[in-house]
Amino acid sequence: MKNVRALIIDDSSVMRKIVERSLRQAGLDLSEVKEASNGAEALALLANSPVELILCDINMPVMDGLEFVQRLKGVANAKGVPVVMITTEGGETHVVQALSAGARGYIRKPFTPDQVREHVLPLVEGSK
Amino acid sequence: MSTMPEVSAEKWLPLLEHSTHEVFDIMLRSKLEASKPESMTGVEFTAMVGLAGIVCGVLSIRCCHKSATQIASAMLGLPPKDAGEHAWDAMGELANMVAGNFKNKIDGMSDKCLLSVPTVITGADYSFKSLTDSTPIEIWFRFHGEPLHIALEVHS
Repeated sequence: MKNVRALIIDDSSVMRKIVERSLRQAGLDLSEVKEASNGAEALALLANSPVELILCDINMPVMDGLEFVQRLKGVANAKGVPVVMITTEGGETHVVQALSAGARGYIRKPFTPDQVREHVLPLVEGSK
Repeated sequence: MSTMPEVSAEKWLPLLEHSTHEVFDIMLRSKLEASKPESMTGVEFTAMVGLAGIVCGVLSIRCCHKSATQIASAMLGLPPKDAGEHAWDAMGELANMVAGNFKNKIDGMSDKCLLSVPTVITGADYSFKSLTDSTPIEIWFRFHGEPLHIALEVHS
């Protein structure tokens, strides 16, 4: 998988770096990694910078991950871009809410590179 | 109607211990050593995450500056000398993951109990008092030879 532009959204800069490292360990060749610390920042960034993959936390200040996924439907640049939630909120209700809102995958923290490979790679391959 | 799960130190302590080991194994690729209760003088980092819903309380992780730097180093795969600036964030995220992993292991709690954004306090000269009314569930570990204390305090 080559030249993938990814957007990682998490209010923890440490977690954003861990997610990026996990994507690379999973075999993704990332040409560019953009970072945002909440959903609102991510939406502003996406308006001018298209990506092929979005990884998003749920619990964040300003705009949480569920609202971000819902609002993403109105962003022309993001049509068909897969969103995978990476979060500590592991309850079934959150999973259903995220998938109903438009997320394509859901990974619970703590997560292994194998889980990232299993949940993310097929989505990127399918959207290219 | 949602009912609060029975707060049982006997049942919850091993789950909290297991949740903590899992986070260290998976996200830090590090092992924790079991330890005994000990005085935590000179604690420099306290990371806290609130729980709200059918269970209300706070989970806290306390350790010294050296341990917090080692935790950031292990999480990020950086040498300790380059990891110090990330210690705050790493401690907050550690508390978040331990609390989330723990609540996801309790029947009926994962959906009905939300976590707060983590808070991290630093400094050696302070005391920490949660206004909960139950005896905390506490675990002591050693990480890189230094004490690490985890406590879950719950409102009944």
